[in-house]
Amino acid sequence: MATYKLNTPISEEEIRNLQVNDVIYISGTMFTARDQAHRRALELYKEGKKPPLEMEGLAVFHCGPIVRKEQDKWMIVAAGPTTSTRMELFEDEFIKNFKVRVVVGKGGMGPKTTDAMKQYGAVYGAFTGGAAVLAAKAVKNVKSVEWFDLGMPEALWILEVEDFGPLTVAIDAHGNNLFKDVQEKVEENKQKIYQKLGV
Amino acid sequence: MKIETLVEDVGVKLLQLAVTKLPQDVKESLQQAYREEENGAGKTQLEAILKNIDLAEKTSTPMCQDTGVIIFYIKAGAQTQNLDKIEKALSKATIRATKEVPLRPNAVNPFTQKNSGDNTGRYVPFIHWEIVSGNTIEITVLPKGGGSENVCSLGMISPGTGVKGLKNFVIDTVMNAGAKPCPPNILGVAVGGGADIAMKLAKEALLRPLNESNPDPELAKLETELYDAANMTGIGPMGLGGKFTVLGVKVDYAHRHPASYPVAVAFQCWAARRASARIHADGTVEYLTHKVM
Ligand code: SF4
Repeated sequence: MATYKLNTPISEEEIRNLQVNDVIYISGTMFTARDQAHRRALELYKEGKKPPLEMEGLAVFHCGPIVRKEQDKWMIVAAGPTTSTRMELFEDEFIKNFKVRVVVGKGGMGPKTTDAMKQYGAVYGAFTGGAAVLAAKAVKNVKSVEWFDLGMPEALWILEVEDFGPLTVAIDAHGNNLFKDVQEKVEENKQKIYQKLGV
Repeated sequence: MKIETLVEDVGVKLLQLAVTKLPQDVKESLQQAYREEENGAGKTQLEAILKNIDLAEKTSTPMCQDTGVIIFYIKAGAQTQNLDKIEKALSKATIRATKEVPLRPNAVNPFTQKNSGDNTGRYVPFIHWEIVSGNTIEITVLPKGGGSENVCSLGMISPGTGVKGLKNFVIDTVMNAGAKPCPPNILGVAVGGGADIAMKLAKEALLRPLNESNPDPELAKLETELYDAANMTGIGPMGLGGKFTVLGVKVDYAHRHPASYPVAVAFQCWAARRASARIHADGTVEYLTHKVM
């Protein structure tokens, strides 16, 4: 278990160096995307068009932030992670096509994403569920917002972040998935617990 | 001051306190978990939680973006006047707090999917009433997050299996919930009554301070047993592994119908927000869960 500070754009090599249980902090550019932004980006890609942001080497954040406009500036009020499993539908294609290097969210992701991360070189960074103030503090600036027509939580918020974390590497680029490991251990512990409870 | 104005002001204050500052017992329990957690990933999560609640407190911002659905519990002294004004006052307090704190609007019409925008709506905020003797009004607010609510579970298990069945149901529910309710959690467990009563008691049990053990020694024993079992699962903080899956288990019960054995499990997340105050007959207000300058 090691701690790394990564600056975007993050290279494939840096990513392949990481193992599950490592802790990372990200500085540079990060953007939020939930279901609808994932879908739209992939549709554009299919049509041969580009999304409004060069995503290679960046971190995508599963988050629907609360954002407030002060004078002419957007300010992040809260930016906790949302449950990532909803993006399992899109993430493998997303990683493949856009070469994002870190996917940030909570709750973990499934085998399709794990495979894509191994193949194309990306990791999943688990951010503490609900830790909205910690996340907001690491956001130094809202660079811009795209696709605002999707609504505040679904829009693509492009953020400048400094030491965003701690993110626990829960899926690495070698096919390891910490959430899956924990689930298997829980399954293993089941009989022992039943025995202890006498059920 | 008129009772409705006083209750409204206290309601706003309670909401603000609840979402920005955890009660001391929860904070201490999280600190202890951090000290004792041996799993690296789990410990990292607990550290982040502690930093987050510290920042929230210092900046008076909600500790989690999901400020929940608002529920009030009231113990109304039978001698108190104007109790009929309280519901309206707390609804107003909720609207005000939504703007002032701010809270995330979380009241959605289940048919039209329209969000009311101010955290009020049909039966929202919900108020649980209890009439007690005396002339004070005690108000507790429980802002209840969605992530932990979604894994609450009710089992109408076979009475033949009894307490064994209860234990089995609780532990299976915890294992199925996994990382979803943002562990470490507090579990409210209640048995008996009927489907509605079991769940009501389970949720109310979440209001009991973590450092108070059950006055009934048998139930206290059951709480410890379930606590140990839940923490043996290895789910850990945020489901990343570790020994702190729960911070506490609180058990309650009601007598049951001979043919039924309802078991309810209510989950609370690490953001175990609650705040209480007592309003005295002379208009003085005493905050019970938080220090107020
Ligand atoms: S489960 Fe609790 S901590 Fe997690 S996002 Fe919901 S309200 Fe916040």
